[in-house]
Amino acid sequence: MSTKISIQHVGKVFGEGSHRVEALKDVSLDIADNEFVTFVGASGCGKSTLLRIIGGLEYHTAGDVLVDDQPIMGPGADRAMVFQHYSLYPWLKVMENIKFSRRLKHGRENLTSADVEGASGRADALLSLMGLTAAANAWPNQLSGGMQQRVAIARALMGRPQILLMDEPFGALDAQTREVMHDLILHVHRLEKPTLAFVTHDVEEAIYLADRVVLMAPRPGRIDTIYEVPLPAEREQDMKHTPEFLRLKKEILARIRETSGMKTDQGMLDQLNMQEAV
Amino acid sequence: MQTRPGTRPRRATAKSGRPGMWSIRGPLSRNQYWLFAALGLLVPLGLWWIASSGAAVDKVFLPGPVDVFNRLVTWYTEDDLLSDMGISIYRVTTGFLFSAVIALPLALMIGTFRPVQAVLEPLTDFIRYMPAVAFIPLVMLWVGIEESSKISIIFIGTFFQMVLMMAEDVRRVPLAQIEAAQTMGAQKGETISLVIFQAAKPALLDTLRVTMGWAWTYLVVAELVAANSGLGYSILKAQRFLQTDKIFVGIILIGLIGLVMDQLFRLAHRKAFPWLHLRS
Ligand SMILES: Nc1ncnc2c1ncn2[C@@H]1O[C@H](COP(=O)(O)OP(=O)(O)OP(=O)(O)O)[C@@H](O)[C@H]1O
Ligand SMILES: [Mg+2]
Repeated sequence: MSTKISIQHVGKVFGEGSHRVEALKDVSLDIADNEFVTFVGASGCGKSTLLRIIGGLEYHTAGDVLVDDQPIMGPGADRAMVFQHYSLYPWLKVMENIKFSRRLKHGRENLTSADVEGASGRADALLSLMGLTAAANAWPNQLSGGMQQRVAIARALMGRPQILLMDEPFGALDAQTREVMHDLILHVHRLEKPTLAFVTHDVEEAIYLADRVVLMAPRPGRIDTIYEVPLPAEREQDMKHTPEFLRLKKEILARIRETSGMKTDQGMLDQLNMQEAV
Repeated sequence: MQTRPGTRPRRATAKSGRPGMWSIRGPLSRNQYWLFAALGLLVPLGLWWIASSGAAVDKVFLPGPVDVFNRLVTWYTEDDLLSDMGISIYRVTTGFLFSAVIALPLALMIGTFRPVQAVLEPLTDFIRYMPAVAFIPLVMLWVGIEESSKISIIFIGTFFQMVLMMAEDVRRVPLAQIEAAQTMGAQKGETISLVIFQAAKPALLDTLRVTMGWAWTYLVVAELVAANSGLGYSILKAQRFLQTDKIFVGIILIGLIGLVMDQLFRLAHRKAFPWLHLRS
């Protein structure tokens, strides 16, 4: 399969002098066309920064990031981003939010009338794909958190991006809603065939969704281990209880703990107990 | 509800667990709201009445509500109250509108582009601490004593605060909303007009409402400048002739006009931004 995103020796430094933070150091990774890659790692290891660099929202200070062999130049409609929250437009109804990209000059250039018709058909299709048909005329703040994220995903898909970047998109949702969203996003991935880069704190989520799980380590932010997920391409919720799944989950969790450089909760508790015993 | 023998059916009173109006941020029905609002207006009026009706109180020192009402009537019938009100409303709204029209694009630029912020914000912060009254001699020198001078004073009193508050409104637009547009292919201008401005609009209208109140507080100052009509001017003249009742009429009218305008702004807010008023 061809390489869609090529990250080559990328570094990112925030601030100067005493405020200097090396958020990323010598990060290299190739993501194939239509691949689903998830990123996990301790807080502050640069997952968001890496995603934002691919999205063109942040500049890397070293190395190269290529999309289709071209260096990226700022944000663009080929790389849509879904944020954790507050990204919907509260002044637009659900349907208008989804069609937002149609208001942009970029979306209107070189359009035929068939394209315009196709676009409203697509908006309707995305609406029903996301199970939002009944909410088409609601304001975003009338929706639950899960529905709001579905609107955000539909809106991101509207412009047919080749790459979908998601930064903890389900981080604020409850466990049940999250499971529904997992199967939905897998369905979208099969249907629309975007290349998907997905950041999460939830290791189970990372394994269940991905072809590969990229584990990052902090200080400086870097790639530690890349895990191939040994599950069939068609995922089902039951696979979360298979031995392979559980083994991988345990392995990744242990490695995150090792790389985080922070005392684990258990370590902290042991320490407290010891102090008490003295 | 099923009632068992020996138990009285419970009534839906405050005891039923429904939060009462005195619970923290408790509910208040529309009728209750108006009742309390009327109370808040009528009690001070009553106190005023009582305080002023004492035999020992000189009318020049504290006129009663009746005196003030009578003065309102004579002002209306003999002294052309309406044109005084009209010219004052004209001055305030014109100064305010000039201020708003210039402040809005500046605030958008300050809140969007850091270099613009760096150039303009400290400067504006510096100027806004200068008292508008102190500008009167300069305004007379530069603008003259025509209508434009009064409007200028209102403008000076309002503009600098307004720019800073509006810029803050613009800066509060969530970054995720801006970046979402950028990753959908929005150009710079589109991001400003379709996202930043739209997202800031409700806060901007609120800022206009608040600064409109401030514009009115500069009316008396503005009509210090060679005016011969207007509510502020009338208050100043009444002071010279010890017409305390007229001062009262002037002050109360300014308050009432302010109240009406405030309510109009609130109405506009409800009409223009329905998604913010779904639960009321
Ligand atoms: N705009 C910024 N200015 C300065 N430092 C920043 C900025 N953004 C991120 N950083 C720093 O870069 C490092 C990586 O941040 P990043 O947000 O990418 O981590 P993350 O892996 O997404 O963390 P989390 O899991 O908590 O979201 C952190 O140390 C953070 O403090
Ligand atoms: Mg993050």
